[in-house]
Amino acid sequence: MSLFYISPMYWMLVTAMKSDQELASFPPTLWPQNVAWQNFQQATQTFPFLPYLSNTVMYAALTMVGSVLSNFVIAYGFSRIKWPGRDLLFYPVIASIFIFVQFPVNPITMVPLFSLFAQFGLVNSYIPLVLPTFFGNPFFIFLLRQFMLQIPTDLSEAARIDGAKEWQIMCRIILPLTRPALVVVALLAGVNAWNDFLGPLIYLQNDKMYTLSIGLQFFKTMHGIQFNLLMAASCLVVLPVVMVFLFFQRFFIEGITLGSGR
Amino acid sequence: MGRNRQRKIRKDLRSLLLGLLFISPWIVGFFLFLVYPVLANFYLGMTQYSGFGEPQWIGLQNYGELIHDPLFWTSFYNTFYYVILAVPLGVFVAIALALAMNQKVREVAVYRTLLYLPSVAPIFALSMMLIWLLNPRYGLFNYFLGLLPLAAINWLGDTRWSKLAIVLVAQFGAGQIGLIFLAALRAIPSTLYDAASLDGAGPWRKFWYITLPLLTPTILYDIIIGIGFGLQIFAPAYIMTDGGPLNSTMFTALYIYKNAFEYSRVGFAAAVSGILFVINAALAIITFWSSKYWVNYSIE
Repeated sequence: MSLFYISPMYWMLVTAMKSDQELASFPPTLWPQNVAWQNFQQATQTFPFLPYLSNTVMYAALTMVGSVLSNFVIAYGFSRIKWPGRDLLFYPVIASIFIFVQFPVNPITMVPLFSLFAQFGLVNSYIPLVLPTFFGNPFFIFLLRQFMLQIPTDLSEAARIDGAKEWQIMCRIILPLTRPALVVVALLAGVNAWNDFLGPLIYLQNDKMYTLSIGLQFFKTMHGIQFNLLMAASCLVVLPVVMVFLFFQRFFIEGITLGSGR
Repeated sequence: MGRNRQRKIRKDLRSLLLGLLFISPWIVGFFLFLVYPVLANFYLGMTQYSGFGEPQWIGLQNYGELIHDPLFWTSFYNTFYYVILAVPLGVFVAIALALAMNQKVREVAVYRTLLYLPSVAPIFALSMMLIWLLNPRYGLFNYFLGLLPLAAINWLGDTRWSKLAIVLVAQFGAGQIGLIFLAALRAIPSTLYDAASLDGAGPWRKFWYITLPLLTPTILYDIIIGIGFGLQIFAPAYIMTDGGPLNSTMFTALYIYKNAFEYSRVGFAAAVSGILFVINAALAIITFWSSKYWVNYSIE
């Protein structure tokens, strides 16, 4: 089963390393006879890889910042302060996870939101993609709230008796304790942005602004027949995600399981 | 006494304001990025709007038009076809992955990585890969089918197989939900299995009478999320088939996208989005409501 699951990625890598002749041979060879490293170099020259890479990195970084800041504060309000109606207001958060599923761009809301951003002349910029991440993501709110509820309330109470302000408690006591969960949110948000296809497809129309996801699609329509080059380009796009995942694997796995404890 | 009560009310009011202050970004985001577009779908759905200028009010004309558009019905047929196939299969695959990741062998960490990795990889890259993997002449997939003496299948070019191919791509992303099932598996107390062993239950009976009932809350979560993802399936179809062949993978999300952004029929697309929202919400509510008949929330 593991072999089946890794097969697309394996095949992506192997195809990327094949020469044109070997690509056309049947039955396909399971490992390239001569590794054609030049495919990778050629792929980066066939489409503006580096500009798209920097666009994507910027998009992912801004999304990470927005997600960590907004969801931390919101989840704090939903877990560390007692106020009437708090748990009632949490129902819409849960409901929006189940109905909209993908944030911030999804097929249900994309048409009116695009029209809205278009009226403000913000299409063809990263604002429609990044701005919503500064206003909370229900899934991340849920994740962080679960985490913060496990921190003993005594810690906050003691600080309150000492006369600390709420924002002081948040920054000095709760923030350091929530750091592992915030790393999870940052990682998931970054990967989401990196993997986002629909958002950039709709909002980015100038080919200088493309992310790698749209750049790759563009590459496909231009050079679709050269599968070894397309796969070499795909490898370069997937590689950073794989590296980040392998490096922070523990956080990914803990983060996912954190959301299930209900 | 009156004074105490007044103090309590004042304290409640202060904590209410403080709480609302902290969650205020979410309140803004909720209304601006979710409530507003949902309502705007119904308003724009009653207008003729090309994306430029002012929307022209035309009442229910868009809805009349879409009822007579065979492609509208095709798109919903395809979408439901996909959901009905992909959701149960997704639950099955995720549980299988979780059981595999729960094996007590030394290399389990490696398996877990391999099974989970494709779900963090971008779906657009996997889709590109699958075009090649499913290629009828050079693809690895048909090569293996050929070894089994099965006829070569033109996966993405044959209306009978194209939807299945897209269901297949989605299964590579099952690792994420598989991990949630894994956590649920680990939460089952081992004493239950010990007691069952004493009563002479085999592995199959243990799975059927202990594991599966205790996984039902996770199954519920998976079904609701799966319905949402299924109804909104977009990227694999856009990349692999662009709705073809013969509109056999023209899913509703793709239909909305094409109308809004390729044919400039924004009002019409908004009408379809509104319908998609109603169906999505209704199915989520029905599934949630049905849970009281089949979901176990406690261990007793």
